[in-house]
Amino acid sequence: MHEMGIAMQVVEIAAASIPPEMAGSRVERVNLKVGKLAAVVPDSLRFCYDVVIRDTPLAGSVLHIQEIPVTAECGDCGHSWTADRPEFRCGACGSGNVRIVSGQELEIISIDIEDP
Amino acid sequence: MEVKVVRKVLDVNDTNAQRNRLRFAEKKVFVLNVMSSPGSGKTTLLQKTLAEIMPDIRTGVIVGDICTSNDADRLSAAGVPVVQVNTDEFGGDCHLAAHVIEKAAENFDLDALDLLIVENVGNLVCPAEFDIGENARAVVLSVTEGEDKPIKYPLMFRESDAAVLNKTDLLPYLDYDRDAAVDYIHQVHPGMPVFELSAKTGEGLAAWVDWIRGKVRGKG
Repeated sequence: MHEMGIAMQVVEIAAASIPPEMAGSRVERVNLKVGKLAAVVPDSLRFCYDVVIRDTPLAGSVLHIQEIPVTAECGDCGHSWTADRPEFRCGACGSGNVRIVSGQELEIISIDIEDP
Repeated sequence: MEVKVVRKVLDVNDTNAQRNRLRFAEKKVFVLNVMSSPGSGKTTLLQKTLAEIMPDIRTGVIVGDICTSNDADRLSAAGVPVVQVNTDEFGGDCHLAAHVIEKAAENFDLDALDLLIVENVGNLVCPAEFDIGENARAVVLSVTEGEDKPIKYPLMFRESDAAVLNKTDLLPYLDYDRDAAVDYIHQVHPGMPVFELSAKTGEGLAAWVDWIRGKVRGKG
């Protein structure tokens, strides 16, 4: 629901990450990691991104989203698993002492800039 | 050429939230972020809660809504300092962000407060993603919503420290499976306290109020 705000943040961070000596080069791609547990819908984010990049140094670039699965680890028995549904009780020992290892990411990893 | 960035998209919000957290700690104010879907009875719950904890716990409230000051008007009737934030001034946001809380908090004399309750925008999705510098989060669910809300909105229930199951006075009129609801909450967040109550009749309210008292007493 707040994908527009997220897209604006992505553009701001990505634009600020263009090395000064490459200013003016075309940005081809912005690489983003989005955890499946993050409250972000990739399709909506891509849609908003395409709107937000107009008239910015990122105009014409593509937002590449790598979706990260939710993985969890039991703090008691050490069992770890990939969660395909939001169940955070340990499947092996039943403990509720469970840590989410991945799946909450919302990070810009890198930007691809056209070689001069 | 690939240029490495590796930055959290919500970096700026997280930094602002951390600044809020330090400021509230310095002023010894406990901050409780209350979230729910629209219509779960948050405002009524807060009205009843304030009547129990005031004046021994000196409380202020920040109310977030996209539009209107209706909730703030209801709460200030209780004699509590209330600051209304209309997010349409900030782009019609579906949540309160840390910088908004920072600005709203300037309206309180923090030295005169023990507890600051933030009634977030009614929404089970976005507020879960935005740290506002709170010390604890509570999610309010009502028995007129589906039992499976916790697994439909797992991040919210995962990120909360307590859940309230409100409007239990309506249970006789509904086909609502309260055990299933509590079980779904515990699937997502094992061990999280769940307070089943009716803000309207006051039944079950005491345990929730005790939880808040304990949290405020235990603050650093």
